[in-house]
Amino acid sequence: MNRRTHPLEVIAAWLLALLWLAPLAYAFWSALHPAAYATSFSLSAPWTLENFARAWNQAPFGRYYLNTVVLVVLILIGQLALSTLAAYAFARFKFRGSGIAFALVLLQLMIMPDVLIVENYRMIGKLGLLDTIPAIALPYLASAFGIFLLRQTFKSVPQELVEAARVEGAGPLQILWRVYVPLARPTYVAFGLVSVSYHWNNFLWPLIVTNSVEARPLTVGLAVFGAPETGVDWSIITAATVMTMGPLLFAFLLFQRQFVQSFMRAGIR
Amino acid sequence: MNAWLLLLPAAVLLIAFTHFPILATIRHSFFITRRTGAEVFVGLDSYHSMAADPIFWRALVNNFWFALGTIPTSIALALLMAMWVNRNMRGRGFLRLAFFMPTVLPMIAVANIWLFFYTPDYGLLDQLRGLFGLAGWNWLGDPGTVMGCLIVMVVWKEAGFFMIFYLAALQQLSPDLEEAAAVEGAGRWYTFRRITFPLLMPTTLFVAINAVINSFKLVDHLVIMTKGGPNNASTLLLYYIYEVAFVFQDSAYAATLTVVLLVLLSGVALVKFGYLDRRIHYQ
Repeated sequence: MNRRTHPLEVIAAWLLALLWLAPLAYAFWSALHPAAYATSFSLSAPWTLENFARAWNQAPFGRYYLNTVVLVVLILIGQLALSTLAAYAFARFKFRGSGIAFALVLLQLMIMPDVLIVENYRMIGKLGLLDTIPAIALPYLASAFGIFLLRQTFKSVPQELVEAARVEGAGPLQILWRVYVPLARPTYVAFGLVSVSYHWNNFLWPLIVTNSVEARPLTVGLAVFGAPETGVDWSIITAATVMTMGPLLFAFLLFQRQFVQSFMRAGIR
Repeated sequence: MNAWLLLLPAAVLLIAFTHFPILATIRHSFFITRRTGAEVFVGLDSYHSMAADPIFWRALVNNFWFALGTIPTSIALALLMAMWVNRNMRGRGFLRLAFFMPTVLPMIAVANIWLFFYTPDYGLLDQLRGLFGLAGWNWLGDPGTVMGCLIVMVVWKEAGFFMIFYLAALQQLSPDLEEAAAVEGAGRWYTFRRITFPLLMPTTLFVAINAVINSFKLVDHLVIMTKGGPNNASTLLLYYIYEVAFVFQDSAYAATLTVVLLVLLSGVALVKFGYLDRRIHYQ
């Protein structure tokens, strides 16, 4: 039984929410109106998609989209596969050194690839992969976070189910595939959403390792496009900005609850 | 079935892109690379020049102010938002959506939008000031205002993310407590101060630790908003590392700077695993 909320508090909450939405609303306003209305808000302002068309034609955003999609899919598949195998090892096998090995994995939670940019760049250079999409993906493919989340989930799988599968003659990999993986679906969804959001939005590392249209993801493409020295019109830059965040924002509006829950699960570790 | 075989693929990549780079960073901080490409051992020389580098100290101090400016404010706002969203309030779904939305946006897109707010004269903020007859101001070009501007933007970006942890914690709290307090005649503020807030302490510490880690990682916006300027007034340690390594092409010094960042992050890790995890139980 909640105490009644004071009407003033309801108003305050709504004001804050509107304030929070304002920057985004502004971006949409500016992107959907001619440049002359970028700062004058009038109900009679004509709506237009011209800014989007011009942004799309002035920079290879189609290619950037493709690169970003390839990148996030590549990372997601790699992370899911590697984390599943590693988490299975930690959750269900007793082996010498497993404690130390797990601690070494967890180290990546504190010292993320994001801060090891100098040496990772050297490493990617040695591998001859500079300016490629795999170069952006590689440092993130082994995810301590994914291993940690899945290990926790796997540990909660009832031993009876495992025994039942074993009696039916299933080997360790079959048990993983038929018992553990299906039961961990919610964890996979949560991890997947967070991973896709993170890598769709990631910027600094892709900026460092890419140098061409063929490898650049959307975020880097947007930064190159919007750089002040290019002198591109403000409304067109906002249109490009909206394009960059559009797909993720749309997914968020559709699956709001799922997003919030995934970020929460992912954060509490 | 050998457990090590299952671990192998992840282990190879973790070693290649986390463990080896950490060791290589430390090693490279004791060497410099000659123009011929030869590596020369210089001992602590790089550390001495770092200690004498005013930009390094500027970045470190900025990191401190950036953390101090963003963390308490976003935590307070997050708590307020969570308490509102947790109530039976009209449109709480909409409120949650509005508060959380910045979390899913790319920092680089956020920076683009806010860059326009802060643009001198033509930007939204100066247009508003113009309504009151105030002159334009170069918000990001003034060392006195640039940090504040960036802090406001980051608070906007982060508060909603922290909100969800408070929301989860609030939903775990027994409603009996608040009811009992109400029966005893405790006021709302008193109930919050003496009951709700202390019970949320584990969440607050948890969020604070994550916020500290984030404050070392968040530099994307600097690349397009200020490039660390004016006069290094907004530079942060990771951004300075990026600049030294990839703009000034001095990877030996960048390694030395990275060691400092690694030490700072390890310090946070020690606090988190050594002290907090013993006192906080999430699950």
